[in-house]
Amino acid sequence: MKATLDLRKIGLGLAAPVLAILVAFLVTSVVLLLAGDPVVAVWTQLLTVPRPRLIVAIINGASVYYLSAVAVAIGFRMNLFNIGVDGQYRVAAFAAALFAGQGWLPGWLNIIVSLLIAVGAGALWAGIAGWLKVTRGVSEVISTIMLNAIATGLVSFVLSKVADSTTGSNVTNTKTIPTSSQVPGFALIPGTPNKVYGFILLVLLVGVAYWVILNKTRFGFDLRATGRSETAAVASGVNVKRMVLTAMLLSGAAAGLVGMPLLFGQDFSYGTTFQPGLGFAGIAIALLGRNHPVGIAFGALLWSYLEQQSNGLQITVGVSSELVFIIQGVIVLAVVIAYEVVRRAGLRMEQRNVARALSDQPGSSTPEGATA
Amino acid sequence: MSGMGLKSGTRVITGAVRKPRLSPARVAVIAVAAVFLIAVLRVVTGANDLASSGALAAAIGLAVPIGMAGLGGLWSERAGVVNIGLEGMMILGTWGAGFFGYHYGPWAGLLGAMVCGMLGGAIHALATVVFGVDHIVSGVAINIIGAGAAKYLSARTFTGTPGGGPTQSPALRSLPTFSIPGVSSGLGTLEQKHIFFVSDLAGIVRAVVTNLSIVTLIALAMVALTWWVLWRTTFGLRLRSCGESPIAAETLGVNVYRYKFIGVLVSGALAGLGGGYLALVAANIYRDGQTGGRGYIGLAAMIFGNWRPGGLVGGAALFGYTDAVQLRGGGSTVHAMLLLLAVLIVGIGLWQVVRKHRMVQGVVAIAAGVVVGVWYLVSETVPDEFTGMTPYVATLLVLAFASQRLRMPAADGLPYRKGEGQ
Repeated sequence: MKATLDLRKIGLGLAAPVLAILVAFLVTSVVLLLAGDPVVAVWTQLLTVPRPRLIVAIINGASVYYLSAVAVAIGFRMNLFNIGVDGQYRVAAFAAALFAGQGWLPGWLNIIVSLLIAVGAGALWAGIAGWLKVTRGVSEVISTIMLNAIATGLVSFVLSKVADSTTGSNVTNTKTIPTSSQVPGFALIPGTPNKVYGFILLVLLVGVAYWVILNKTRFGFDLRATGRSETAAVASGVNVKRMVLTAMLLSGAAAGLVGMPLLFGQDFSYGTTFQPGLGFAGIAIALLGRNHPVGIAFGALLWSYLEQQSNGLQITVGVSSELVFIIQGVIVLAVVIAYEVVRRAGLRMEQRNVARALSDQPGSSTPEGATA
Repeated sequence: MSGMGLKSGTRVITGAVRKPRLSPARVAVIAVAAVFLIAVLRVVTGANDLASSGALAAAIGLAVPIGMAGLGGLWSERAGVVNIGLEGMMILGTWGAGFFGYHYGPWAGLLGAMVCGMLGGAIHALATVVFGVDHIVSGVAINIIGAGAAKYLSARTFTGTPGGGPTQSPALRSLPTFSIPGVSSGLGTLEQKHIFFVSDLAGIVRAVVTNLSIVTLIALAMVALTWWVLWRTTFGLRLRSCGESPIAAETLGVNVYRYKFIGVLVSGALAGLGGGYLALVAANIYRDGQTGGRGYIGLAAMIFGNWRPGGLVGGAALFGYTDAVQLRGGGSTVHAMLLLLAVLIVGIGLWQVVRKHRMVQGVVAIAAGVVVGVWYLVSETVPDEFTGMTPYVATLLVLAFASQRLRMPAADGLPYRKGEGQ
């Protein structure tokens, strides 16, 4: 009985994302129809098997999204809404690029110290929000929105002061990282000279660490417990304030790594063209993957796939590639709605089962106050 | 999972200090004192753009969209729905203004902006009220959808139009403006003389009577109307009760879902109006990325204003003013304000030490004030990037230092299901 119930639960859990993607498919088709764009041609373009070159781009994009989503998910697991990943990764990538570009340290040592700087900078920026929450009771949602904007101003100010003027173009960049400290890629996909970021290993490491810390350590247990029920956690001796601050710092530290594959594997400097908006994508992907390390990986791949495939829309069918944002946004909304609906269906199912079990027992009355 | 992001958010102190209500006379006294302060500051620092009619007119122009977004936030949050999707709704509004304004004239554009914003609000309401999805998640999704939809639609509808392209609309006809002819020029000459206090007052009055867009008047009317509807009618009381205690409202027979739905729809329409102002009045054109995060600043203005229309207008005016000063290349003007800020912070610090006997906070404040003062003395101008950060830093500081005096609606952001109250 129990096994079948769990199986049904798993089925319901998987049904939600699939349902969401179908809904997104339908809604987008309706939008295309209303706007008078060729529906079939758009989907043909989006659903063709990607070329090897694109597969590399999809994996690379997904690896960056994965880090961002993990950073968001750490907060989610204890009911913290770190909207500030967007600001944190930019501050961190900028700080790391600034240091790595100087080339004070040789080769790998430079990379490792730069990574530590990025982690520290991300944690620091998130720590402000965490500190404001535990000492002043400021909602982290609002403070991180403010900190995102402040990060934009601060980074562009310092960038304008330290920009490397030797490059000659009007794009402002930090100094390029020395060749010895650039991380080489792997030629994983045959049929293309493009390489997968070397830091894909770092991404895998972060995924494993996330899983181990949350599921196999006392800290992770406390964190999840606090997220589930703050009062229960307090009762069992968890210092909630310290947990909030630690979770925020950890989330920021992970956010600090988001820009690293881009910095050491592709751009080699931080400039005005450094990829924006990764933090918000992370929120969506963490929701899509239900904060699970493997789920997030699928979410990140889907996100990156949609993005890369839509790049060709303008050329092949003459439809603006911004269509992808509509698809992505609808997927997020549909997925959370589907989870909510499924959760409630599950609750009702459980209630019915409990009620049946109780009524089967002879002489027992309905317990009082057993509302949902 | 991500249910109650705001649960342990802004601390709510029950029985918070009741501030005495401001009578019109006191408001007038405060206003005159503020003008006097600015006049002193202008004379001391020599920054003549501080109260020039040009700067103030620009400030009004920039405050309107921020204020409308904030007012939208107010409607939604008073009904208990956190709305960080304001930015997305505003973006939809800019496209609506561009599309309908180009095809059917500016008034249709304004209406189109509100309808498009309301569409964003409808999605938010559907997700949060009907399906009970987390408010922040839905807001984030709406920001993604709004930005993407506007770009996609603008490429679809403006490509090939005369003067338009994939990222911008053709020029839009403008809406009527008001000015009082005789008064305006007379005040202009008075303003140029730089007489202490008199010229400052003339500059302010002139900004208010010259080339005032009709949309600005509509916006002001919306603020007044919002105050009246939310705080003086039965409807408003019921709507606010849904934000304070939906379960109590439910027991009194209020249809909580309906009020929340209305609150979020109005919220979207107002945010859309703010976007419409940007396209129709501020720029006379739709452009991609036109909002530039003003939806978020509007949200900040609302929090800054303590979830009240009056405070919100103050916040929007302050943020609009800093924005205007920055746009006018006013590094030196902002620089002059540093002096005021330094004096203010030191004053607050002294107050804390002498009257409240809070040594630590007082000393920290005085030290901060001295730092700002030194910054004023050793620098010539403030970088633009820092001026742009002002609204966000101000809001963060207000949240950090005055969170006990802020009071958000008690059930703001909490999920509500009919008949599941405990």
